[in-house]
Amino acid sequence: MTNPVRDATRTGPDYGRLVEPSRVHGSLYTDPRVFADELARIWYRTWVYVGHESEVAQPGDYVRKALGLQDVIMTRGADGQVRLLLNRCAHRANLVCEADRGNSKSFRCPYHGWTYRNTGELIGFPFNQGYGGKGQIEGELSLAAVPRVASHRGFVFASMASDGPDLAEHLGEAAGEIDRLARLSPEGKVELTAGWLKHRTQANWKLLAENETDGYHPQFVHGSIFSVTSSPIGALYSDKSAAVTRNLGHGHSENDLRPEFRRAGEPMRWFGTTAERVPGYVRAMREAYGPAAEQILVEGAPHVMIFPNLFIAEIQVFVIQPVSAGECVQHSTAVQLAGAPELNRRMISQSVGSVGPAGMLLADDTEMYERNQHGVAQLQPEWLDLRRGLQRERTDERGLKVGRATDETAMRGFWTHYLSLMEAA
Amino acid sequence: MTVAGDRELDLRQVEQFVYREARYADEHDYDAWEALWTDDALYWVPAGGDLADPGGQMSVIYDNRNRISTRLNQLRTGRRYAQTPPSHLRRVVSNVEVLGREGGDTVVGANFILAEARERGVMTWAGRTTYRLRWADGELKLAAKQVLLVNRDQPLPTLGFLI
Repeated sequence: MTNPVRDATRTGPDYGRLVEPSRVHGSLYTDPRVFADELARIWYRTWVYVGHESEVAQPGDYVRKALGLQDVIMTRGADGQVRLLLNRCAHRANLVCEADRGNSKSFRCPYHGWTYRNTGELIGFPFNQGYGGKGQIEGELSLAAVPRVASHRGFVFASMASDGPDLAEHLGEAAGEIDRLARLSPEGKVELTAGWLKHRTQANWKLLAENETDGYHPQFVHGSIFSVTSSPIGALYSDKSAAVTRNLGHGHSENDLRPEFRRAGEPMRWFGTTAERVPGYVRAMREAYGPAAEQILVEGAPHVMIFPNLFIAEIQVFVIQPVSAGECVQHSTAVQLAGAPELNRRMISQSVGSVGPAGMLLADDTEMYERNQHGVAQLQPEWLDLRRGLQRERTDERGLKVGRATDETAMRGFWTHYLSLMEAA
Repeated sequence: MTVAGDRELDLRQVEQFVYREARYADEHDYDAWEALWTDDALYWVPAGGDLADPGGQMSVIYDNRNRISTRLNQLRTGRRYAQTPPSHLRRVVSNVEVLGREGGDTVVGANFILAEARERGVMTWAGRTTYRLRWADGELKLAAKQVLLVNRDQPLPTLGFLI
């Protein structure tokens, strides 16, 4: 297959001058040339999260997803394999799939009736004498498949580059955080089957990626909801918190809240409840994991940003979809844990209250993103400051940079990796 | 079922109620708006999924009476930044019909179109609202409000106000 992605013309700036160890230049959020370079060097090259296998559980299931600006169909073939196909007919480039989801063995382009198997293979075209009869072009034309697709615990990632680091290398230390989420299921399985909220955001995608593990903002941006619900979340991100911010490498980062939960030592506190209130779940976990269940039930779920677009916030999953330098879409859903019906409805209810366009947390984050986008268009003082906690950063036993709960260690990790990708030839 | 619960509503009463509810929402009169609700209230703005199982699917808003209070209390802090400053709002509610009666409630359907102005720009919201109205303690109350946005399948901008 030829490369379906045209290389963006390399017209962008010198990134080494715009990304410094403790500050980044405002134009990185506003310049359309930077956005074009990001498509070519990040979104169409590195591993990007696309969807979850549970969204196409049965053979023939499909769901439309985004990969950068690309409209892709995630399908599950009769062979059980999950594939990603670009939604573009090989004849005249019409959409072959206009439904958001469904089940079908094939996709038929409505324009001239060309039909493809859900593996991408061309299987029919009307009036075939115009092409010299059946069998003349099927081998040559097909739906384009995204060159590399791989999954970890059902989370499906894709790379538009035919070669490069494999998914395990890309995920690195972040893989363990996805594992930690899956371990909260007595069956070891996460499902993303509660549907998605889609939140249009007039801001550059990087403002979101940076904010996801910014432990400095919650007490301020979310002070209103913490105060009216007497939420304990704010304290996790206080100056006194034992939680840490960790640069996981490859642009990934986490707010590791475990030190706070271990200090409390109470099962299910991470979920804002007690073991007594979700007895069926706790019993199933103890049966599944034996003595190891206690640590899992105390430590709870990860809060991890996986570069460039997947954010797992304890009981929610967010996906950032870039649209332009000044616009993106946030997709959000509630985590569902196989074998944990007692938790699943609660996770949906809590998530509906918190996230999406009317969410009592996320609507305020989004207001901040949009005000930030307005701010970065102002010409002075040019830079965004990233130095918080630099002087007290340490290296942990895994060799990873760690800062205090409110430090900007995660952002610095994001930008280090960003620069390495943007400067790669 | 009480005698009051059987009391028939005429269209004029229904219209006056839904116009009043719209005005309270437009004018951010949170106390008056909150007082319209029954204790078993449901304020529901579905997302793109099917409507059969709201407890098993993500919604834009799915508030019971408690959560309506939480939402309003957050707005009342003045630090709900998605509504600080509040949006300027005006909506037109039209095509009001009494659709029927269910369990003593009167089910009302209406269409709306709403202009929201804030620094982001002027946004137009539109959709279909289904209300359940009930007589309680001699007053007409709102037991449920479901708002089906015409663009609920699409990415939505921030919805910080009462729709």
